[in-house]
Amino acid sequence: MSAVEKASGTSLSAKIQPGEIVVSDVGKSYGEGQFIKEVVKGCSFTIERGKLTVMIGPSGCGKSTLIRLLAGFEKPTSGSIKINGKPVTGPGKDRLVVFQESALFPWMTTYDNIMYGPRARGEDTKEARSLAEMLLDKVGLRAFRKKYPTQLSGGMQRRAELARAMINNPEVMILDEPFRGLDAMSKELMWEYYSRLYEESGRTNFFITTDIDEAIFLADRLLIMTNVPTQVRSVVEVDIPRPRDIVSLVDDDRANEVKMEALSLLHEEAMKSFAGGSKAAADFIEAYSKRLRTRKE
Amino acid sequence: MSTARRFFFHRSTLRALISILVFVALWEVGARSKQWFGFAVPWVGNIPAPTAVLHVWIGLLGDPGYWQSWYLSLLRVLAGFLTAMVIGIPLGLLMAVSRNFNDTFFPTFEMLRPIPPLAWVPASIIFWPTQELSITFVTFLGAFFTVVINVLGGAKSIDVRYFQSAQAMGASKWDTFRRIVLPATVPSIVVGSAVGMGITWNVVVAAEMISGGGGQAGGSGGGLGYFIWNSYVGGAYEQIVVGMISIGIAGYICSELLRMLGGYLTPWLRTR
Repeated sequence: MSAVEKASGTSLSAKIQPGEIVVSDVGKSYGEGQFIKEVVKGCSFTIERGKLTVMIGPSGCGKSTLIRLLAGFEKPTSGSIKINGKPVTGPGKDRLVVFQESALFPWMTTYDNIMYGPRARGEDTKEARSLAEMLLDKVGLRAFRKKYPTQLSGGMQRRAELARAMINNPEVMILDEPFRGLDAMSKELMWEYYSRLYEESGRTNFFITTDIDEAIFLADRLLIMTNVPTQVRSVVEVDIPRPRDIVSLVDDDRANEVKMEALSLLHEEAMKSFAGGSKAAADFIEAYSKRLRTRKE
Repeated sequence: MSTARRFFFHRSTLRALISILVFVALWEVGARSKQWFGFAVPWVGNIPAPTAVLHVWIGLLGDPGYWQSWYLSLLRVLAGFLTAMVIGIPLGLLMAVSRNFNDTFFPTFEMLRPIPPLAWVPASIIFWPTQELSITFVTFLGAFFTVVINVLGGAKSIDVRYFQSAQAMGASKWDTFRRIVLPATVPSIVVGSAVGMGITWNVVVAAEMISGGGGQAGGSGGGLGYFIWNSYVGGAYEQIVVGMISIGIAGYICSELLRMLGGYLTPWLRTR
């Protein structure tokens, strides 16, 4: 693995200039007249350079809409989005989106999928190929390089997709609930893979989730969103040192503190509209306060 | 060797063989009922028996006219089918990709599509200078509309996330077309051509019957459709059945070849 790295002289952080996205007072609504539906309203936040920002909010709160705005697939109704000071006007290779469900091209092998970006830009160079080899190793898919996506498990598909995004050296990587639908085991494995990739690359990452454990394990900064129409309810700095460890995080007081804070806010937001997911939050708060009480006694 | 043995003794192969054998046996008994039991089973009693058909068929194997019929029908099917692919695939793709192109051509296309290919026979006999061209043209129509509709539908139902991903990774329009639209449409092209091939055989046989089998009308060299029609007119009932089975075999070979080619072109679908 390291031999490949040395031989090619490439590394994940080689030529990346991490980007910064500033979202200011963004609103987005669909429909017209009396059927108008505001999904995002007065939303402002900054995705800081080189940091892993995680956005968490009740399901259906408009997170995916925000992603489409950030990616440039849609335009905001009001407000502005700027990447490195320049307004976002459309999709660009400075931002890369990893979608909820696998968007790997079914007609390409793992390797061809990863090499799609470089080839599409006419950069099928030796350097790109060795970067692809390195990424194949990093995500543990070397043995599956010639397999088609349908031959991969859900977790492998997600890893292939991470590799396919990372090879393009995007200034900002945007991930929309990328590990949703994976079983608990693969999910935790994916957190480790992903956070290792992030720590090595040091690029700006924006990660969207509804899973509080995922959020706390991954985040440098946690944006807690309100219910629809969504805006930032609260920003929590998750100052837990890296690399993090899933097992020790369970007993980490700071982690649990953040979790409590986040959950009570999410609980409030969820209760506002009886959106799904609120019961899990309520259960946690109840169980956690019981544990605090027994500790004190 | 072992593959062949496995094939012949495989359960589904055995079932297929038994099914065909039982069918042929019942047919034989029915057709020979008058001769064997003294009364003819209704309908089946009047058709030629399989053994008689086989006898005639073996006789025909040495007849160049019979093979000429095969050759002519195959030629027409291939010419019509390939022309339909060559024109139909780009047309379908263009309609899927370009709004303007679609707006211009789709209405005309949709108006012509419901017209059955056989309704075109008289018009095409008048229009085309030779009988051969008119039959091939009608055959072409049989496959053309199916191919276009399948390609268009396939290309239009590509998941929008594939385009978004490609675009975000810096793909140009041409690259998106070549490496997303084209491969994503291949399965629909394969399906469309398989269906189109079936229609082509239906159409060529009917067209040959109606138009009198092209230049060599009068002889036995006007294609399998004409071969059947001629046998009927001449009262050679065994030959009718030989012609029918020949078409079945020819159609099967064509579909099987297409399936193989289709499987080769879509390796990612073989892996499910």
